[in-house]
Amino acid sequence: MIRLYDYELSGNCYKIRLLCGFLGLAYTSVPIEFHPGRAHKGADFLRINPLGQLPVIDDDGFVLRDAQAILTYLAARYDPARTWYPVSDARLLGEVGQWLAFADSITATASAARLHDSFFHDLDVDAARAGAHRLFRILDAHLWFAEQEGRIWLCPAPQPTIADIACFPYVILSEEGGIFLQDYPAIRRWCDRVKRIPGFVPMPGVFPAGPGLPPPLTAGSV
Amino acid sequence: MTERRCTDPVILNQWHPLHPADQMEATRVTRTILLEEPLCHALDANGAPLVWPSAGSAPRLDGSQPSPLPARLAYGFLWACLGTPPDDLFPFPETAEPDRRNLATGTFGVHVSAGRAIENFLDMGHFPFVHTGILGEEPHTEVKEYDVEIASTRDEVLATRCRFYQPKAAASSTSGAEVEYIYRVPHINCAILYKSSPNDLERRDAIALFVQPVGPEQVIAHTFMSVLDNDSSDTGIRLFQQTIFGQDKPILENQFPRRLPLAPRAETPIRADKSSIAYRRWLSSKGLTYGVIPAVAE
Repeated sequence: MIRLYDYELSGNCYKIRLLCGFLGLAYTSVPIEFHPGRAHKGADFLRINPLGQLPVIDDDGFVLRDAQAILTYLAARYDPARTWYPVSDARLLGEVGQWLAFADSITATASAARLHDSFFHDLDVDAARAGAHRLFRILDAHLWFAEQEGRIWLCPAPQPTIADIACFPYVILSEEGGIFLQDYPAIRRWCDRVKRIPGFVPMPGVFPAGPGLPPPLTAGSV
Repeated sequence: MTERRCTDPVILNQWHPLHPADQMEATRVTRTILLEEPLCHALDANGAPLVWPSAGSAPRLDGSQPSPLPARLAYGFLWACLGTPPDDLFPFPETAEPDRRNLATGTFGVHVSAGRAIENFLDMGHFPFVHTGILGEEPHTEVKEYDVEIASTRDEVLATRCRFYQPKAAASSTSGAEVEYIYRVPHINCAILYKSSPNDLERRDAIALFVQPVGPEQVIAHTFMSVLDNDSSDTGIRLFQQTIFGQDKPILENQFPRRLPLAPRAETPIRADKSSIAYRRWLSSKGLTYGVIPAVAE
């Protein structure tokens, strides 16, 4: 079975737990105590990942680090429908890759602010918050224009992709770093849609959404 | 007396938790903030605690620290006082029982006032909704009648006969059970709960929340356990407690106003909030003004 080196309060580890939830993929969680134990910087874990970062998976001896890399591997290997990582559509795949990189920028800003406020990491929190707001404005505008075209996910596909999973955790957890989402209505609607994907799992700090309204009837849908 | 940014003597003249003792190393200096005052703390070469106002320059431990503050180690933490401290910290006798494990279980920064954090800790009503599948689950949502009083032996709030159905009450639980709780609030920013131990029918596990007020609407929450559990690893116990606290955090940070209102009619309580009503009244009777919205005399 897949082993996930995991820390429950980590948004990057949560990305992997989310994808496993959506795919119905079983895994064993191996807790690595990031805080306060700093076990991810300990000798035992550095042998697994010399970067000292979570998450890491071990899939039957194949060891892979980096949340975005793990998402691509698991989706390419275990999603029989090929929608989460759409390898057969070059443009769509390119857009997925673009938002995976964007997710890393969210980690460098919104997640950094959360690490500062909740876990006392020593960094420039004002710069981190300003950087997150700049990214969230771009994300909110992108999602708003997508909605105008009848699309509800980050990439132009009828189904969500791993891009949605990669961007979701540190957006939804951003308020823990003093970055509030009230000015980003399209982001908040998208977060609720992610929470309603079948198989969604919460984490501490992330609550499930209500069932939501039934979709409006439109011409041709009856 | 030294000028302080906080001018409320009720909170200045208290011992406040600053750091888990097991994460301090001799002569390593750490910075923190208490009541808006930047502080440095360290253990000296003999393991004695030292806390002093940080002057803004690189902190060093060279024997020339300016005006050290009253400091002590107790119940797994370093404590200090910016004013005149009481002779003793509150009693927590369970920590001295030889067969218990005393463990600092996690320290987190939270954007909330100390009073709101303590009040959430006292509340059973949120268990099924916030700690779903662990400390509660629907349909077991009723908070049964319980008793609250100011203890006769000491000036502290005491809630007894609290009962709640919990699917996984502790790291060592294997099944759901109706769990009995006792809550103590022995300090304006500290609370201890005692709950039936899955491993000893006669005694209770103790879980404590020690809140360090950083500012009126910002705290560092220190969690601590004194448990009867020979099986779970330290990491297992800490991770369990961190899951619980991680679930509480967004609830705490979404409370408005962030300061705790002390006027009886400022917020509408229900019967389940008896302990919170007693806690607010108790704070009011002490004349606390920092981190709260005081009741205006009518």
